[in-house]
Amino acid sequence: MQQCGIFHQTYKDDMAVFQTPFIKFGMAGLFLFLLIFPFISKPLSAILNTNVLYMANLIGIYIIGAHGLNILTGYTGQISLGHGAFMGVGAYTSAILTVKAGVPFWIALPLAGLVTALIGMVFGIPSLRLKGLYLAIATMAAQFIIEYAMRNWTTLTGGSAGMVVSSPVFFGFELRSDRSYYYLIYAFVILATLYTKNLTRTRPGRAFVAIRDRYLSAEVMGVNVWLYRILSFGVSSFMVGISGALWGHYVRVVSDEHFGIWLSIQYLAMIIIGGMGHVLGAIYGAIFMTMLPQLLRIPEHFLTGIFPNIFAVFHSMREGVFGLIIILFLIFEPDGLAARWHTVKNYWKLWPFSY
Amino acid sequence: MQEVWFFLQLIVQGLAIGSVYGLVALGFVLIYKASSVINFAQGELLMVGAYVCLALMTKLQFPFWAGIMVTLVISALLALSIERFVLRPMIGEPVISIIMVTIGLALLLKAIVAAFFGTQIMVFPEIFPQTPVRIGEIVVSQIYIYTFIASMALLIAFALFFKYSRLGVAMRATANSNQVAQSMGISVKKIFAISWCVAAVVSAIGGILIGNINGVNITLSAVGLKVFPAVILGGLDSIPGAVIGGLIIGVLENLSGGYLDHFFGGGVKEVAPFAILVIILMIKPYGLFGTEEIERV
Repeated sequence: MQQCGIFHQTYKDDMAVFQTPFIKFGMAGLFLFLLIFPFISKPLSAILNTNVLYMANLIGIYIIGAHGLNILTGYTGQISLGHGAFMGVGAYTSAILTVKAGVPFWIALPLAGLVTALIGMVFGIPSLRLKGLYLAIATMAAQFIIEYAMRNWTTLTGGSAGMVVSSPVFFGFELRSDRSYYYLIYAFVILATLYTKNLTRTRPGRAFVAIRDRYLSAEVMGVNVWLYRILSFGVSSFMVGISGALWGHYVRVVSDEHFGIWLSIQYLAMIIIGGMGHVLGAIYGAIFMTMLPQLLRIPEHFLTGIFPNIFAVFHSMREGVFGLIIILFLIFEPDGLAARWHTVKNYWKLWPFSY
Repeated sequence: MQEVWFFLQLIVQGLAIGSVYGLVALGFVLIYKASSVINFAQGELLMVGAYVCLALMTKLQFPFWAGIMVTLVISALLALSIERFVLRPMIGEPVISIIMVTIGLALLLKAIVAAFFGTQIMVFPEIFPQTPVRIGEIVVSQIYIYTFIASMALLIAFALFFKYSRLGVAMRATANSNQVAQSMGISVKKIFAISWCVAAVVSAIGGILIGNINGVNITLSAVGLKVFPAVILGGLDSIPGAVIGGLIIGVLENLSGGYLDHFFGGGVKEVAPFAILVIILMIKPYGLFGTEEIERV
C-alpha cells in the first residue's frame, strides 16, 4: 500500500507536490475518474434519485470558493463573514459584463475575479489594524452592504428580479449541458487546487502562514504584514469571484437572494468541517456541505411516509441541523475531516504493527 | 417648521429603538468582557425570549407580569445550558471556532423556534395603552415611551449592580483578568455562567419590548445584528459605550431611513448601521470608550 518512510536524495524530490509513486498513481487515477465521471453519472443518478452531475458541478464551484476562503482563513488566519457576498460580486460582474457590455465570457471571467479581488481588498483594509473579532464584524458589515447594493442598485443589477445570463461558448460550442459545463468547472477546480497547494510553498504562502501563527513574530522576521494581509484578501476574493462567475453562467439566473449571509456561513462551515489550512480540507468540506441537504432528504422522505406533517418541521430544521453539525464538529473534531483522514491513514500505515 | 418636527419625530422613535439596542448590546458586551466570546446568537436569544413570552401569554393565558417573569427564568436556564454544554468545551479554542460555534447556535435556535411556532408574524395582546401621545407636533405611540423608560431603568439598575454589588464587582474583576480574578477566589466558571444568564435576560426583555412594537416573527433575530454597530461604536469592552452606542445607532438608523430612503429605493434603515460600522472601524477601531489593545513583543 503505502511506504513507511520516504527517502529523498535531492532537493527536487523533497519539494515535489506528489512525492511517492503511489500518490502519483492515485492522482492519475483520480484525474481519469474525473474525466469519465460524466459518462457514469447517469446510472448513478438513477440509483441515487438525484442529478449527480448537477451536484458534482455545484461541489466543484464550491471547492473553488472554499479554496479561496481557506487561503484567507486557514492560511492567513483572517476571518471573513463576507465571502457569500464576494461570490455575488463575481457573479454580478461577469453577468453585467456579458449581458450589458457584450464582453465574451472568457474575458469577463478573469475580470470578475479581478473586480471581486479589488472589492475584497477594500473591505480587507480594516484588517490592517484589527484582529479576529473585529475583522469578523467588519466583513459581516461588508456582506450586508454588498447585499444591499445587489438588491437596490437596480439600474446595474436588475434588482430583485435578477439577471438572465447566457452560457459560455467555447470555439463555437455552447457549454449549456451539465456535462460540458462539468469539464469547464473541473478544469478550474484542478487549477485552483494546484494553485493553492503550490501557494503554500512560495514566499507569499509562507508569509501567510507566518502571519497566522504569530503576526508580531512574522513582522520581526521581515514579513510585510500589511502587504500580505491585503494580498491574502485579494487572492481569496479573486478565487471566490471566479467561483461566483462560474455559478452565474451555470445557473444562468443571477439574483441577490443566493448570496446572503447564509452562503458566507456555509463557506466558513465548509473549511471548518473540512479542516482549516489543508488543501484537502476545502475539498472535503465542499463535498460534505453540498451533500448534506441530500443526505437529510433520506430521513425526511422516510418519515414523511409515516407522519405526513413532519415535512414542514424538517424543512425548517434543515438550517438547524447545519448549525448542530457545526457545533458538534467544533467541539469534538475541531481540526476537521482532513485531520481525521490523516489519523486514519497513519493508523493503517503501520498496521498491524502500530506502536 | 414641519421639517423640524419630522426630524424630532425620527429622533424620538430612534431613541426608543436605540434604547433596546443598548439593552441587548449590554448583554453582548457582558459576555465579551467576561469570556471574550463574540456572541452571534444574541439576536436569537432575544427572539426566543419574545416567543416564549408570547406563547405564555396567548396559549397559557398568563398575565403580563407573570409571563415576563417565567420568560426570564426560561431564558436564564437556556443561557446556562448553552454556556455549560456549548461554550465551555470551547475555552481556549481559536477565535474563529468560537465565532462559528455561536453562529451554529444561532442557526439551531432559529430552527427550533421555527419548528415550534412557524414563521408567521404573531402579535402580542395589547399590554400598553394604544392611544398615541402628542408632544407638540410629534406623535409617538405610548409603547415607544414605555420601551424607553423600561430600558433606561434597567440600564441604570445594571450600572448600580456593577458598581456596588459584590457579584457585580466580581464580574468586573473577571472581565479585567480571568487569572487574577481566579486567584482572588472568584469562581470564573460561575461568572461566565452568570454573564450568559444576564445577557439572555436583558435580551429577552429587549425581545419582549421590540415584539410589542413590531410583532414577533423569525426575523426578530436580526436585531441581534444591529448590536454589532452599537458595540463597535461604543467600544467592544465598554458597558456605557454599549448603551450610548445603541442609542446613537438607533437614532442614526431612523434618520437615515427617514431622509435617504427615497434616494436609494428603500431599506436604507437596514444597511446604514453597517455602513457606519465600517467607517468607525476605519477611523477609530476601538470605538468611543473601548480600551485600545497595545501589544508588546
